[in-house]
Amino acid sequence: MISCSEAVRQLWEYLDGALDATDRALVEEHLGLCRRCCGELEFAEELRRFLATSAHEDLPDEVMRRLNQTLEELGP
Amino acid sequence: MVGLRVGVTLESSRTDRRESFSNLARDQLPRLYSIARRLVGADAEDALQDCLLKAFQRFDQLNEPAAGPAWLTSILVNCCRDRGRAKARRPVEIDFDEVEALSLYRKIAYEDPFPYSDSLHLDFLGEFGPEDVRAVLLRLPELYRVPLVLVYMDGFLAREVAGMLDVPLGTVLARLHRGRKLFEKQMWDYAEQSGLLAGGAR
Repeated sequence: MISCSEAVRQLWEYLDGALDATDRALVEEHLGLCRRCCGELEFAEELRRFLATSAHEDLPDEVMRRLNQTLEELGP
Repeated sequence: MVGLRVGVTLESSRTDRRESFSNLARDQLPRLYSIARRLVGADAEDALQDCLLKAFQRFDQLNEPAAGPAWLTSILVNCCRDRGRAKARRPVEIDFDEVEALSLYRKIAYEDPFPYSDSLHLDFLGEFGPEDVRAVLLRLPELYRVPLVLVYMDGFLAREVAGMLDVPLGTVLARLHRGRKLFEKQMWDYAEQSGLLAGGAR
Protein backbone atom coordinates (compact mmCIF):
# COMPACT_ATOMS: atom_id res chain seq x y z
CA MET A 1 0.00 0.00 0.00
CA ILE A 2 1.23 3.54 -0.73
CA SER A 3 2.20 5.81 2.17
CA CYS A 4 0.08 8.66 3.53
CA SER A 5 2.41 11.27 2.04
CA GLU A 6 2.22 9.58 -1.36
CA ALA A 7 -1.59 9.41 -1.17
CA VAL A 8 -1.91 13.04 -0.04
CA ARG A 9 0.45 14.19 -2.78
CA GLN A 10 -1.94 12.76 -5.37
CA LEU A 11 -5.28 13.80 -3.86
CA TRP A 12 -5.91 16.79 -6.10
CA GLU A 13 -4.94 14.84 -9.20
CA TYR A 14 -7.32 12.15 -7.93
CA LEU A 15 -10.14 14.72 -7.63
CA ASP A 16 -9.23 16.18 -11.03
CA GLY A 17 -9.57 12.73 -12.59
CA ALA A 18 -5.97 13.10 -13.78
CA LEU A 19 -4.59 9.81 -12.41
CA ASP A 20 -4.27 6.70 -14.51
CA ALA A 21 -6.21 3.59 -13.46
CA THR A 22 -3.29 2.08 -11.51
CA ASP A 23 -2.53 5.19 -9.44
CA ARG A 24 -6.25 5.80 -8.91
CA ALA A 25 -6.67 2.27 -7.53
CA LEU A 26 -3.68 2.75 -5.21
CA VAL A 27 -5.08 6.02 -3.83
CA GLU A 28 -8.51 4.43 -3.33
CA GLU A 29 -6.97 1.43 -1.58
CA HIS A 30 -5.17 3.80 0.79
CA LEU A 31 -8.29 5.92 1.39
CA GLY A 32 -10.24 2.77 2.20
CA LEU A 33 -7.94 2.10 5.15
CA CYS A 34 -6.73 5.51 6.34
CA ARG A 35 -9.18 7.78 8.15
CA ARG A 36 -6.78 10.72 8.36
CA CYS A 37 -6.27 10.75 4.59
CA CYS A 38 -10.06 10.68 4.14
CA GLY A 39 -10.07 13.92 6.16
CA GLU A 40 -7.40 15.28 3.81
CA LEU A 41 -9.58 14.30 0.86
CA GLU A 42 -12.67 16.02 2.28
CA PHE A 43 -10.64 19.17 2.94
CA ALA A 44 -9.19 19.11 -0.61
CA GLU A 45 -12.77 18.92 -1.94
CA GLU A 46 -13.79 21.86 0.27
CA LEU A 47 -10.78 23.88 -0.86
CA ARG A 48 -11.61 23.20 -4.52
CA ARG A 49 -15.18 24.39 -3.95
CA PHE A 50 -13.85 27.40 -2.07
CA LEU A 51 -11.53 28.35 -4.95
CA ALA A 52 -14.30 27.94 -7.52
CA THR A 53 -16.81 30.11 -5.67
CA SER A 54 -15.08 32.62 -3.44
CA ALA A 55 -13.14 34.98 -5.62
CA HIS A 56 -15.51 36.24 -8.30
CA GLU A 57 -15.02 39.96 -8.78
CA ASP A 58 -17.89 42.12 -9.99
CA LEU A 59 -17.09 44.61 -12.73
CA PRO A 60 -17.72 48.09 -11.30
CA ASP A 61 -20.03 50.33 -13.42
CA GLU A 62 -17.36 52.99 -13.71
CA VAL A 63 -14.78 50.52 -15.08
CA MET A 64 -17.39 49.05 -17.44
CA ARG A 65 -18.09 52.56 -18.76
CA ARG A 66 -14.40 53.22 -19.45
CA LEU A 67 -13.90 49.84 -21.14
CA ASN A 68 -16.97 50.40 -23.33
CA GLN A 69 -15.56 53.77 -24.27
CA THR A 70 -12.34 52.04 -25.37
CA LEU A 71 -14.40 49.67 -27.52
CA GLU A 72 -16.27 52.55 -29.12
CA GLU A 73 -13.04 54.36 -29.95
CA LEU A 74 -11.37 51.38 -31.62
CA GLY A 75 -10.46 51.82 -35.22
CA PRO A 76 -10.08 51.82 -38.07
CA MET B 1 -17.36 56.02 -59.28
CA VAL B 2 -15.74 52.61 -58.88
CA GLY B 3 -13.18 54.11 -56.48
CA LEU B 4 -15.98 55.59 -54.40
CA ARG B 5 -17.79 52.23 -54.22
CA VAL B 6 -14.61 50.43 -53.14
CA GLY B 7 -14.08 53.11 -50.49
CA VAL B 8 -17.62 52.70 -49.17
CA THR B 9 -17.24 48.88 -49.08
CA LEU B 10 -13.95 49.15 -47.21
CA GLU B 11 -15.45 51.54 -44.67
CA SER B 12 -18.43 49.23 -44.22
CA SER B 13 -16.17 46.19 -43.69
CA ARG B 14 -14.11 48.11 -41.11
CA THR B 15 -17.30 49.05 -39.26
CA ASP B 16 -18.49 45.43 -39.34
CA ARG B 17 -15.13 44.26 -37.98
CA ARG B 18 -15.28 46.75 -35.12
CA GLU B 19 -18.89 45.84 -34.37
CA SER B 20 -18.13 42.10 -34.36
CA PHE B 21 -15.17 42.59 -32.07
CA SER B 22 -17.07 44.91 -29.73
CA ASN B 23 -19.94 42.45 -29.44
CA LEU B 24 -17.58 39.60 -28.57
CA ALA B 25 -15.56 41.67 -26.10
CA ARG B 26 -18.52 43.35 -24.41
CA ASP B 27 -20.06 40.00 -23.49
CA GLN B 28 -16.76 38.84 -22.01
CA LEU B 29 -15.84 41.96 -20.03
CA PRO B 30 -17.20 40.83 -16.63
CA ARG B 31 -15.48 37.44 -16.85
CA LEU B 32 -12.20 38.91 -18.12
CA TYR B 33 -12.19 41.58 -15.42
CA SER B 34 -12.67 38.96 -12.73
CA ILE B 35 -9.71 36.96 -14.05
CA ALA B 36 -7.54 40.06 -14.29
CA ARG B 37 -8.34 41.07 -10.70
CA ARG B 38 -7.10 37.68 -9.50
CA LEU B 39 -3.99 37.83 -11.66
CA VAL B 40 -2.83 41.43 -11.22
CA GLY B 41 -5.06 42.95 -8.52
CA ALA B 42 -5.32 46.72 -8.83
CA ASP B 43 -3.84 46.69 -12.36
CA ALA B 44 -6.82 44.72 -13.68
CA GLU B 45 -8.42 47.58 -15.60
CA ASP B 46 -5.13 48.56 -17.27
CA ALA B 47 -4.42 44.94 -18.22
CA LEU B 48 -7.90 44.64 -19.69
CA GLN B 49 -7.45 47.86 -21.69
CA ASP B 50 -4.16 46.44 -23.07
CA CYS B 51 -6.00 43.22 -23.89
CA LEU B 52 -8.79 44.97 -25.83
CA LEU B 53 -6.34 46.94 -27.95
CA LYS B 54 -4.13 43.92 -28.71
CA ALA B 55 -7.07 41.64 -29.41
CA PHE B 56 -8.63 44.13 -31.82
CA GLN B 57 -5.34 44.39 -33.72
CA ARG B 58 -5.26 40.60 -34.03
CA PHE B 59 -8.98 40.05 -34.53
CA ASP B 60 -8.40 38.73 -38.07
CA GLN B 61 -6.49 35.79 -36.55
CA LEU B 62 -9.65 34.54 -34.82
CA ASN B 63 -11.11 32.09 -37.33
CA GLU B 64 -13.69 30.37 -35.16
CA PRO B 65 -16.15 32.67 -33.31
CA ALA B 66 -16.83 29.96 -30.70
CA ALA B 67 -13.14 30.14 -29.72
CA GLY B 68 -13.50 33.87 -28.97
CA PRO B 69 -13.77 33.66 -25.15
CA ALA B 70 -10.69 31.42 -24.79
CA TRP B 71 -8.80 33.51 -27.36
CA LEU B 72 -9.52 36.72 -25.42
CA THR B 73 -8.54 35.01 -22.16
CA SER B 74 -5.25 33.95 -23.68
CA ILE B 75 -4.44 37.53 -24.74
CA LEU B 76 -5.52 38.86 -21.34
CA VAL B 77 -3.28 36.37 -19.51
CA ASN B 78 -0.29 37.51 -21.55
CA CYS B 79 -1.10 41.19 -20.89
CA CYS B 80 -1.31 40.40 -17.16
CA ARG B 81 2.03 38.58 -17.31
CA ASP B 82 3.63 41.55 -19.09
CA ARG B 83 2.37 43.87 -16.35
CA GLY B 84 3.50 41.46 -13.64
CA ARG B 85 7.00 41.23 -15.13
CA ALA B 86 7.30 45.00 -15.43
CA LYS B 87 6.52 45.32 -11.72
CA ALA B 88 8.47 42.33 -10.41
CA ARG B 89 11.30 43.46 -8.17
CA ARG B 90 13.18 40.26 -7.51
CA PRO B 91 12.41 36.56 -7.75
CA VAL B 92 10.68 35.17 -4.69
CA GLU B 93 12.74 32.48 -3.02
CA ILE B 94 10.67 29.43 -2.17
CA ASP B 95 11.72 26.42 -0.17
CA PHE B 96 9.77 23.80 -2.11
CA ASP B 97 10.80 20.98 0.25
CA GLU B 98 9.08 22.87 3.07
CA VAL B 99 6.08 23.68 0.88
CA GLU B 100 5.75 20.08 -0.32
CA ALA B 101 5.81 18.78 3.25
CA LEU B 102 3.03 21.12 4.40
CA SER B 103 -0.49 19.82 4.82
CA LEU B 104 -2.88 22.69 5.53
CA TYR B 105 -5.44 20.14 6.73
CA ARG B 106 -3.05 18.84 9.40
CA LYS B 107 -1.73 22.33 10.21
CA ILE B 108 -5.25 23.54 11.02
CA ALA B 109 -5.97 20.40 13.05
CA TYR B 110 -2.74 20.68 15.09
CA GLU B 111 -2.81 24.44 15.62
CA ASP B 112 -6.55 24.33 16.40
CA PRO B 113 -7.24 28.05 15.86
CA PHE B 114 -10.93 27.72 16.76
CA PRO B 115 -10.98 25.50 19.87
CA TYR B 116 -14.77 25.61 20.26
CA SER B 117 -15.52 24.77 16.65
CA ASP B 118 -17.23 21.60 15.46
CA SER B 119 -16.12 22.28 11.89
CA LEU B 120 -12.59 23.58 12.29
CA HIS B 121 -11.51 23.38 8.66
CA LEU B 122 -14.67 24.95 7.24
CA ASP B 123 -14.45 27.73 9.79
CA PHE B 124 -10.88 28.39 8.71
CA LEU B 125 -11.97 28.77 5.07
CA GLY B 126 -14.95 30.86 6.17
CA GLU B 127 -12.62 33.52 7.58
CA PHE B 128 -11.44 34.39 4.06
CA GLY B 129 -13.42 37.05 2.22
CA PRO B 130 -12.88 37.85 -1.49
CA GLU B 131 -10.28 40.52 -0.61
CA ASP B 132 -8.32 38.00 1.46
CA VAL B 133 -8.39 35.39 -1.31
CA ARG B 134 -7.09 37.94 -3.79
CA ALA B 135 -4.35 38.98 -1.36
CA VAL B 136 -3.26 35.34 -0.95
CA LEU B 137 -3.24 34.81 -4.72
CA LEU B 138 -1.08 37.89 -5.24
CA ARG B 139 1.51 36.41 -2.85
CA LEU B 140 2.09 33.53 -5.27
CA PRO B 141 4.67 33.87 -8.05
CA GLU B 142 2.92 34.49 -11.36
CA LEU B 143 4.24 31.18 -12.68
CA TYR B 144 1.95 29.32 -10.27
CA ARG B 145 -0.82 31.89 -9.87
CA VAL B 146 -1.85 31.87 -13.54
CA PRO B 147 -2.64 28.14 -13.93
CA LEU B 148 -4.24 28.01 -10.47
CA VAL B 149 -6.64 30.85 -11.30
CA LEU B 150 -7.47 29.59 -14.78
CA VAL B 151 -8.08 25.96 -13.82
CA TYR B 152 -9.56 26.09 -10.33
CA MET B 153 -11.33 29.46 -10.44
CA ASP B 154 -12.31 29.84 -14.07
CA GLY B 155 -12.84 26.24 -15.08
CA PHE B 156 -10.36 25.93 -17.96
CA LEU B 157 -8.86 22.50 -18.61
CA ALA B 158 -5.15 22.08 -17.94
CA ARG B 159 -4.56 21.33 -21.64
CA GLU B 160 -6.34 24.58 -22.61
CA VAL B 161 -4.06 26.49 -20.25
CA ALA B 162 -1.05 24.74 -21.79
CA GLY B 163 -2.17 26.10 -25.16
CA MET B 164 -2.65 29.62 -23.77
CA LEU B 165 0.79 29.67 -22.16
CA ASP B 166 2.44 27.76 -25.00
CA VAL B 167 4.02 25.21 -22.65
CA PRO B 168 3.64 21.39 -22.48
CA LEU B 169 0.73 19.92 -20.51
CA GLY B 170 3.16 18.31 -18.06
CA THR B 171 4.56 21.75 -17.21
CA VAL B 172 1.07 23.07 -16.41
CA LEU B 173 0.30 20.02 -14.25
CA ALA B 174 3.57 20.47 -12.33
CA ARG B 175 2.86 24.18 -11.81
CA LEU B 176 -0.67 23.38 -10.65
CA HIS B 177 0.69 20.93 -8.09
CA ARG B 178 3.17 23.44 -6.70
CA GLY B 179 0.65 26.27 -7.00
CA ARG B 180 -1.87 24.39 -4.82
CA LYS B 181 0.71 23.68 -2.16
CA LEU B 182 1.95 27.28 -2.21
CA PHE B 183 -1.63 28.55 -2.00
CA GLU B 184 -2.23 26.41 1.09
CA LYS B 185 0.96 27.67 2.72
CA GLN B 186 0.17 31.28 1.89
CA MET B 187 -3.38 30.88 3.22
CA TRP B 188 -2.02 29.85 6.60
CA ASP B 189 0.71 32.54 6.67
CA TYR B 190 -1.79 35.22 5.59
CA ALA B 191 -4.34 34.11 8.20
CA GLU B 192 -1.72 34.36 10.93
CA GLN B 193 -0.24 37.65 9.78
CA SER B 194 -3.50 39.47 9.10
CA GLY B 195 -5.27 38.45 12.28
CA LEU B 196 -7.91 36.21 10.69
CA LEU B 197 -7.36 33.69 13.47
CA ALA B 198 -7.50 36.25 16.25
CA GLY B 199 -11.20 35.69 16.99
CA GLY B 200 -10.61 31.99 17.45
CA ALA B 201 -11.80 31.66 21.05
CA ARG B 202 -15.49 32.00 20.28
